[in-house]
Amino acid sequence: MRAFELESVEAIDQAVSHRRVHDGEAFIAGGTTLLDLVKLDVMQPEKVVDVSRLPLKRIETLEDGRLKVGALVSNTELAKHEIVMRDYPVLSEALLSGASTGLRNMASTGGNVMQRTRCPYFRDPAMPCNKREPGTGCSAIEGINRNHAVLGTSEHCIATHPSDMCVGMVAAGATLVLEGPDGQREVAFEDYHLLPGDSPEREHDLKPGELITHVILDAPRSGGQHYLKLRDRASYEFALASCAAIVNLDGDNISEVRLALGGVATKPWRADAAEAVLKGQPATQENFEQAAEAAFNDAVAYSHNGFKITLGKQAIVRALRDATAAARG
Amino acid sequence: MTTETQKPQRVDGTLTSIGQKKPRIDGTLKLTGGADYAADRNLPNQTWGYPVSSTIAKGRLVALELDEALAMPGVLDIFHHDNFDKLSRSPNDFAAANKVGESRLPFEDNEIYYHGQYIALVVADTFEHARAAARKVRAQYEKSDDQLTDILALDSGQGDLPGEDVPGDASSRGDADSAFESASIQLDQRYSIAHENHSVMEMHASVAQWENDMLTVYESSQGVVFQRNALAKIFGIPQEKVTVISHFIGSGFGSKLFMWPHAVMTSVAARRLGRPVKTVVPRELEYLNTGYRPTSLQRVRLGADDSGKLLSIHHDGCNETSPAGLHDDTVSGATPSMYDCDNVAVTNRLVTVNKGAPTSMRAPGEASGAFALETALDELAVKLEMDPLELRKKNFAEKDPAADLPWSSNHLKECWDNAAQRFGWNKRNPTPGAMKDGDEIIGYGMATQSWEAMRQHCSARFGFRDDGTLLVACGTQDIGTGTYTIVAQTASEMTGVPIEMIDVRLGDSSLPSGPLSGGSFATATVLPAVSAAMKEALAELKTLATAEGGVFENVDQDSITLRDGRLVSGDNSIEIAELLRQNRIGLVDGEASTKPGDEQDQYSFRSFGAVFVEVRWDPGISRLRVARVCSTIDIGRAINPLTATNQVEGSIVMGMGMGLFEQIEYDAHGYPYNNSLADYVVPVNADMPQIEVELLDYPDYLRNEFGARGVGEVGLTGVAAAISNAVYNATGKRIRDMPISIEKLLAS
Ligand SMILES: Cc1cc2nc3c(=O)[nH]c(=O)nc-3n(C[C@H](O)[C@H](O)[C@H](O)COP(=O)(O)OP(=O)(O)OC[C@H]3O[C@@H](n4cnc5c(N)ncnc54)[C@H](O)[C@@H]3O)c2cc1C
Ligand code: SF4
Repeated sequence: MRAFELESVEAIDQAVSHRRVHDGEAFIAGGTTLLDLVKLDVMQPEKVVDVSRLPLKRIETLEDGRLKVGALVSNTELAKHEIVMRDYPVLSEALLSGASTGLRNMASTGGNVMQRTRCPYFRDPAMPCNKREPGTGCSAIEGINRNHAVLGTSEHCIATHPSDMCVGMVAAGATLVLEGPDGQREVAFEDYHLLPGDSPEREHDLKPGELITHVILDAPRSGGQHYLKLRDRASYEFALASCAAIVNLDGDNISEVRLALGGVATKPWRADAAEAVLKGQPATQENFEQAAEAAFNDAVAYSHNGFKITLGKQAIVRALRDATAAARG
Repeated sequence: MTTETQKPQRVDGTLTSIGQKKPRIDGTLKLTGGADYAADRNLPNQTWGYPVSSTIAKGRLVALELDEALAMPGVLDIFHHDNFDKLSRSPNDFAAANKVGESRLPFEDNEIYYHGQYIALVVADTFEHARAAARKVRAQYEKSDDQLTDILALDSGQGDLPGEDVPGDASSRGDADSAFESASIQLDQRYSIAHENHSVMEMHASVAQWENDMLTVYESSQGVVFQRNALAKIFGIPQEKVTVISHFIGSGFGSKLFMWPHAVMTSVAARRLGRPVKTVVPRELEYLNTGYRPTSLQRVRLGADDSGKLLSIHHDGCNETSPAGLHDDTVSGATPSMYDCDNVAVTNRLVTVNKGAPTSMRAPGEASGAFALETALDELAVKLEMDPLELRKKNFAEKDPAADLPWSSNHLKECWDNAAQRFGWNKRNPTPGAMKDGDEIIGYGMATQSWEAMRQHCSARFGFRDDGTLLVACGTQDIGTGTYTIVAQTASEMTGVPIEMIDVRLGDSSLPSGPLSGGSFATATVLPAVSAAMKEALAELKTLATAEGGVFENVDQDSITLRDGRLVSGDNSIEIAELLRQNRIGLVDGEASTKPGDEQDQYSFRSFGAVFVEVRWDPGISRLRVARVCSTIDIGRAINPLTATNQVEGSIVMGMGMGLFEQIEYDAHGYPYNNSLADYVVPVNADMPQIEVELLDYPDYLRNEFGARGVGEVGLTGVAAAISNAVYNATGKRIRDMPISIEKLLAS
């Protein structure tokens, strides 16, 4: 058996200051990603730091109206929290569309942000994969890539970011609070996940030794909100394409709109080109379709995932339609 | 021991136990963790095996580097080609009950035939040690790049299917070629079904132990007798020295009918180490080396006149098979029996691919074949502008046209009408896309269902005990379908002893030989043997009772009947347990063997049904869902309508998997892409449609005295076709390649 050291920490400074800064260490929260990957031999931490007892389990409204969510709030608690259900329904819906009840009860907010791609080649140590072993090549580009990304890809990696929650957060707008040996810093949620580029092993802007302590959601954007997740079966499957939409209307015109996409991109994807098409325009089917076209302007299809471009556009159009209907009340 | 081959007598009149909805008698054991599944078994001094398997699809294993693994903590030994025992292959003969899943022995040579083929077995003192060491075994291969994993890519799309013809599978009547040529309405289409995996809940596992020179294997098996016989042949020892035990099975669907190599390597390791060894096949390997429904490619040609009368049927099938084990799915095998048509020709072909051996998967052959035939009929109905149900009715086969024999019992017409009426088929608009509801377009489709109603030979033991309980034993299995329960119901029916007092023993090859739990023949096979064994035991009881000084001394044995656990003659009666206690006998038992008789040559036995499906298609988001399934099935008498209905419901869900989701994909390098429970998409609870199953209740006394055929498979046939026909009705898109994935719907 691979031996590893397990350390349970009770305080945040313990968690960060005790960490020797090298990648043989991993935090564990709910364990629903980490344990699988350890058992598959994909992640091989020498030391596991159990952060599940840290006092990061609260959801509180800040004076400026933003909502501060502790990294250890479970996906279920976050989705079912009354403020989230009322002011951030797009996030609640996104969370509830993910995984299963049992998994959501275990999964933490921080762990969800940090979950890793479901690319089967990544999850099989026998296969070449640039993300798992830089420089070995990408098996998916020449292999089967049905579940892979069409946006934000590179010649080195085309893996999708699997999270639903993160898509809801990009739409709602959020900031990550990180605590490290050198103190605290904040990163805009959208800037946190990285495009694969030529270093797909670098997935996010978390420095060695840093811990996600909170996600702070922007003050509520009101408006109509909707998260639509499209997949083969009705539940318990990652998105083939998903869209989080928040629409504010001024009469029949769209005054503000936020669109984020999942299942089609290498990171939780802000569809700003589509937003630009819509801003100030009438909320019509034609405009929704144009926005959808704009969102996938730069899309690159691989041998098996071309249908995701169509599906992604459909997700945008329908999510916009339903968010608009919700905005009209 | 007697052998009962004469025409069965009827068991009817008022039934008190048979035909009742009985919850499974083993339900509490399963819920409370009391059911001992194979991998739950831990024996004293046990060790753990963990396999190492090939990561290439074709080539040669050139070297294994074992030093690092051998030095890992807890490792006891590593077995592989160079140090494995020399064994003999099983003759692999169904009739001799020693058929296996993969005929090749583990580590037999250093050739690599498929990705996932075992190349070593690491044995260690714990599971974790074995797995950690297995990951340190390094293999060097000479890789061949000409592997084949996709038979659909071989198809030219016209004329003959690829592959080698299997002459024994071909059959014909009339002159199908000329009839097709001259038919005014012709249809010539190709269909395919993707490689499907059983995806069983309970993982495959063997726990093997040698004591003296006797081998005991605890296995999750649908056929303990087959596995016992095969192991005896492989090790070259008498059958009496091998026992295979499988008390409970957490689903098999065919993947556990025939033994796989993990059982052989585990047994060898146990012998070599002199300690019990447990090997649980890792989930990801289950998809590769414990069988699957092979990809099939089919061509159906139908010729009809303008009224819809079928003039010709051609059905050509082709399925993939493996160098590790031959499997012929005979997808066109049932077609000659399905409809009244004078000119029929069917063939089957095989293509050898670099995958593990395929095997039977629920309704093997027919589920695939029915998809093609029943979809083709729908296409023919469209050409004829005829209602698809009317088309089928027009071609109803009054007798079995293939065997030219009367049906033992056939209520297909009632199935069609009953299901159509419950479903509301008359509300169907045949124009594609015409039925709408908000964003969704509704489609209706239907298909005929069918499965051969077989019966095999079987032995059983029946005993009366002095505490009033009964013992019923048979070397068949309960694979979760409810065999324990129906055996108890039958024993209760015959004796009047309450079901709670019946001790049913199954899943042990040392019991009187019973059938495989497969082919939907276990019920029709086992119950007559139980009945015959009961009669043997009863005869003994009567002898006891009429003996000198007995309660029935001087009474004619024929006047004695069995009622409510008592022997009764006239006004006199005695509780059987009391009789035994008086005689200081703990148990009176009888054993009997039964087999089908000459009714086999006089009738055709087949179950039929009809399935109707409503799909909902939301074109705006390319979402297809099955909303409603209505099926009416004639299975003779349902011994337990609760478990029987449950079998049909489960079959429908499996048919949805075939129609919509299930597909193991190999990439261009022969790499299996989605061999995990997460990536292999099966229907989940949220996909469940409204399912309404009705079983007709017409006992088929020609099959056996209980009138029971079987129910495990018929419900799956036709479901994928009914779905694809409904999809056509909703979308106007004819998807002929299962599963109907989103990309296929978008592309067509
Ligand atoms: C079968 C299955 C289906 C799923 N389906 C979906 C789905 O449909 N949609 C979806 O969005 N997700 C899905 N998931 C993923 C699930 O949401 C994640 O596994 C979960 O959110 C991870 O949270 P965790 O607390 O369990 O993380 P852990 O497994 O504990 O940790 C995951 C990673 O995050 C790191 N980490 C944890 N906490 C912190 C922190 N505070 N700061 C820094 N690093 C940290 C760990 O070191 C580790 O690398 C599924 C998972 C499974 C197993
Ligand atoms: S897509 Fe990315 S994760 Fe998948 S094989 Fe290629 S490099 Fe690895």
